Formats: sequence, C-alpha cells, structure tokens
Amino acid sequence: MRDLSKHTTFILATLVLLLLAPLAYGSTLRVCESCEYTSIRQAVAKAKPGDTVLIDGGVYQEHGIEINKPITIVGRNNPVIDGNFKGQIVTVTADNVTIEGLTIKNIATSYTRDDAAIRVIERSNIRILNNTIQKTYFGIYLQNSENCVIKGNTVIGQDVTGLNESALGNAIHLWYCDNTVISNNRVEGHRDGIYLEFVKDSEIKDNLSQANQRYGLHFMFSDRNVYTHNIFRKNGAGVAVMYTKGIRMEHNTFEGNWGAAAYGLLLKEISNSVIRNNTFRRNTTGIYMESSSRLDIKQNEFDRNGWAIRLLSSCIQDTFRLNNFTGNSFDVSTNGNPTMNLFEHNYWDKYSGYDLDKDRIGDVPYRPVSLYSMLVEQVPPSVMFMRSFMVDLMDNIEKVLPSFIPENLVDEQPMMRKIDYDNDRKLTQVVR
Amino acid sequence: MNKILKYVFYDIIRNKIVLAYTLFLLLLSIGLFNLGGNPDKAILSLLNLVLLTVPLISIVFATTHFYNSYEFMELLVAQPINRKKIFLSEYLGVAGSLSGAFVLGVGMPVLLFGASLTGLYLLLTGIFITFIFVAMAFLASVITRDKAKGIGIALLLWFYFALIYDGIVLFILYTFSDYPLENATLALTALNPVDLGRIIVLLNLDVSALMGYTGALYKSILGSLWSVVLAFGLLLLWVLVPFVSSRRIFSRRDL
Repeated sequence: MRDLSKHTTFILATLVLLLLAPLAYGSTLRVCESCEYTSIRQAVAKAKPGDTVLIDGGVYQEHGIEINKPITIVGRNNPVIDGNFKGQIVTVTADNVTIEGLTIKNIATSYTRDDAAIRVIERSNIRILNNTIQKTYFGIYLQNSENCVIKGNTVIGQDVTGLNESALGNAIHLWYCDNTVISNNRVEGHRDGIYLEFVKDSEIKDNLSQANQRYGLHFMFSDRNVYTHNIFRKNGAGVAVMYTKGIRMEHNTFEGNWGAAAYGLLLKEISNSVIRNNTFRRNTTGIYMESSSRLDIKQNEFDRNGWAIRLLSSCIQDTFRLNNFTGNSFDVSTNGNPTMNLFEHNYWDKYSGYDLDKDRIGDVPYRPVSLYSMLVEQVPPSVMFMRSFMVDLMDNIEKVLPSFIPENLVDEQPMMRKIDYDNDRKLTQVVR
Repeated sequence: MNKILKYVFYDIIRNKIVLAYTLFLLLLSIGLFNLGGNPDKAILSLLNLVLLTVPLISIVFATTHFYNSYEFMELLVAQPINRKKIFLSEYLGVAGSLSGAFVLGVGMPVLLFGASLTGLYLLLTGIFITFIFVAMAFLASVITRDKAKGIGIALLLWFYFALIYDGIVLFILYTFSDYPLENATLALTALNPVDLGRIIVLLNLDVSALMGYTGALYKSILGSLWSVVLAFGLLLLWVLVPFVSSRRIFSRRDL
C-alpha cells in the first residue's frame, strides 16, 4: 500500500504540474481597437518572455516594431500592419520568436537602408509562419541567424516590368544563415524571389517563385542545401546558382523563363551535386553550365526549350542519364570541346536510329550537338536560318560524317522510347 | 478575259496533275497531323514541305504548262485581244488552280487539326509562295523559246532560292562573324521569298529559341503585327516583280 500511495502522490503531482503548464507558458496580451492594448508596439513592450501577443483583425498604422524578447505574435482575423512607407516594420532581436498570421505592407524603396517587412538580426529559432507581405522593399530578411523556419508566407511586390534591378529588393533574403527551412512560400514581384548567400545545410521546398525581375532563386556559397518540389516560373532570368557544392535539386519545375539572357537554371562553378527529376519547360535555355563539374543530372524532363542544355567547355565529369529531351530547338550546344562528360540512356526525340535486338536501347549512337547549333553559338545572327532546308542538309551530312562536332559528346546508348518515370520503373531499374 | 481564264482553268483541271497534287498534299498533311499527336510538330513538318515541295511543283508545273499551251496562246494572240490580258489570265489560271489545290490539301487539315495563328501564317505563306514561283516560272518561260532550256532555268531558280541562297548567306555570316550582322541578316533574308515565308512562321513556332540573343532582337523587330504586314507586303512585291517583268517581255517580243 505504501508503494501505491507513493505512486498516487507522484501521479497527482504530475497532473497538477500539467495543469499549471499553460501558466508557465506565459500569458496572452490581446491587441484590438477595444482591447487593453490598441497598438502592437505597446503590447510588445509590455510582454514578458514567453507571452503571446494576440492581434485581432483591423488595420494598424505602425512601423519600427522591435521584438527583443522571446514571444509569440499571432494574428487572428487577418490583422493588417500598414507601414505607410515610413521604414522597417518588424525587427527581431531575440531568440525563439514566432510571428504568425499577419499581413504586413507598404515599405518604401531605400537605397541606403535595406528596409524589410520582417528582419531578423543575429538570432536563432525564429519561426515566420503564414504571413502575407505586400508592397515592400525587402520581404523577409534574415542575417546571421540559425535554425529558422519560414513557412507558408506570401510575399508579393509589384509589377516589375521595366523596373531597374537596383530599385527592387528580394522577397526572401538570407545571409549567413544555417539550418533554415523555407517551405510552402509564394514569392513574386521582387528582384530575386529567394536569395541565399552563405546559407548552409538548409532545406527549400514546395515554394512558388514567379514574375520576379531577376532570378526566381539565387544562391551563392551555399553548400549542402536541398531544393525539392519548387516551381520557378516566368522570372526575368530564371534560377542562378553559383560557387557552391553538395546541393540536391529534385522534383523542381523551371518554366517560361524567356528573354535575351534567361535560363531555366544557370550553373556556375557548382560541383558534386545532384539534379534529378526536374522539369524544364519552355525556357530559352534549360540548363546553362559553366565550370561545373561532377554533377549527376538524371531523369529530368526537357520539353520545348530553345536550348535544352548549353554545356560550356569548362565543364568536366558531368553525367547526363535517363533524361527526356522533347521538342527542343537545340538539344545540346557547346562552345568548344568539353571533355569527360557522359551522356547515357537519354531519350532524344530527334534520334532516328534503330533497335535490332529489341532491348529498347538504340543500336546507333546519337550526337546531340548539331553542326548548326555550333554555328549559332559562333554566329548568333544565323539563328534566322533555323529549319531552313540547307541547315537540315548540313546537319544530316555532319551526322553521317562527323568532322566539326565534338567527337566525345555522344550518347552511345540512347533510348528508343520516352522514359515514363511513373510506369516504367522496371526499365529504369534494369538500365541502372 | 474571264472566258480565257475559264478555259485555262478547265484545261488544267482536265489535266489531272493538279488533282493528284491536291491529293498528295491532303494525304501528307492528314498523315502528319495524325502521326505526331502534337499539332505544333505537324505544322513544323508541314512548313518544311511547304518551303521545299510547293515551290518545286509550282515552278515545274507552271513552266511545262506555259510551253504546252504555247499554240493556244499563239491562236489567241492572232485574235483582237490584248496580249497583257492573255498573259494575266494564263497566270491567274495556273497560280489560282495551284493555290486552290494548296488550300484544299493543306488548309483543310490545318483548320481541322491545328487551327491557330501559326497555321494561318503557314497557309498565307504557302499561297504567296505558289504565286511567286508561278511568276518566276513564267519569267523563265518567256526568256527562252526552247522548252528544255526553260525548264532548266526554272529548276535552277528553285535550286537557288530553296538551297543555294541559304548556303551563301550562312557562308557570308560565318566569314564576317566579327562584325555586327543583325540588320544585314534581316536585309539578306528579305531577298529570298522562301526565307521570308519561313521566318514569318518561325517567329510563332520556335519562340523559346528565338527569345535568346539576336532572336530576341528579330522577335522585337518582326514580331509585331505591323512587321508581319510588312513581310507579307514584301512577299507581294516578290509576286509583282517577276510577273510584271515577264509580262513586259511577253507583250513586246516576237512570238
């Protein structure tokens, strides 16, 4: 019996503690027109660490809100914070802060200060969730912060047609931030949709980045990041990634990036990375590769691009396997003679070989670089002669007797049929 | 004049070659549309067909027809009829029936399977090319009285416009690649009706590739409605120049 009573005390104590837990968690400060607090700044100033500031619907004309203690700010019934173009709106200078469900708008373009809707300065464990940010210079700006989560936000700037690069900020801007998760955000109408510089070991997934003036995604010196299921659409110059190693890009969609200097994906000095199961559709250039080495480019879909891949001669040891190339004006083009790159088991819709042993792999090698694509690379105006009979004739003669096109850029075992990744797993396994 | 035109028309239709031409085009375009699945791709293949076979057939058929109806024309010239009228009705008869065949053979499938602005441009281009090459054929035929020579000249003309011209221009571009050639290329393409027609269709078709580099420039120059009108105007000029000059030769020369 003694044992039991001891247990009872223990259980009771636990229950009491559990009941008290919300108290320890902090109190709730309400902000609305008829509440104790009518301004957010007031409530934040009064809040103690661990408190929750609950903002009810309405428009709050405020800016310069500094959050310097670990609190949670939650918006309910869609409260709007209007900065009236007077300056930065929310600045976070404490760890463990959560900002959720707010609409923040109106920040002026400033060339001396990078004013943002939400800025986090040298902190960690910040959560920015489900906010709507409109008409701001920078949207969400994190500097020197770790372990943050940016999720479900909508950052919409303005119509960027005809605007100058320097007159626009980035929607989500991270600088020296490790272990960040950026997911389910929608960003548009800024300079870069998502900008990462010195951001390592982070995860970027399920974002939609469109109609930005420069890049949908732009990162530099950001190693070991994972990018999955993002959509980059109709950005001025597509997606640019530079000076980075060990990244994984999977199941992303790059589409409709058109213009004189537009790319689906621009790779510059990227190494040891994996690019898989992505879709490149209707871009001027699907992938542009410069000085990129040891990339594994596999099972991607290249559909109706001007150039599917532009492989500069500074790229070495890249492998292209099991990709589908359909309806591209040029499959692969190059400016010289890139070496040690491997093309294998890709499907090319321009392939005209045969398959005698019925193993679904063509018996004749396919050369994805055409003579004409090399000519266009050297003399751009000759693009006007595309689909001319003379050009077709030249290409066909060159295919029979290759003398100008790079000898080692060849798919020795092209696929006879388009690879269907959902139904044809068996085949891809066999080929693997 | 209407009577002569009617007679020329009947004569051509009785010939059955135009009928065969219509069937050939019809089968080919229906086949292409059913084969590819993608109407864009079919229009692309049709473009190659239009730019290669339509000029060839137009020029060869028109030349042989002209020589074959030489006696008929001599008979007409003996009557009190203006030579210009005889020539015009001959021209309209041949060009009209050939472009009618083209509209039936290519236009119907395009309307059925891939009706779009690109398809419309393709049709207009084909009709213009028919008229242009029939005019060239007549020019070749009035230059010389010898049938073999005339057909030879016609074939050479086709060879030049469909093949050699592009080769020469590409060679020029390659040789002078250090210079800004954008506008020069544009001017050079206007000197060949086949290239002109190809570019009008291409600007709607290979949009992605043309958005890069110089393509973007051409797109901005040629992409607007105004410049499409201008391009078709140039094609009209290409009809008029050989037609008027051959009519001049025909009405002045001693038959």
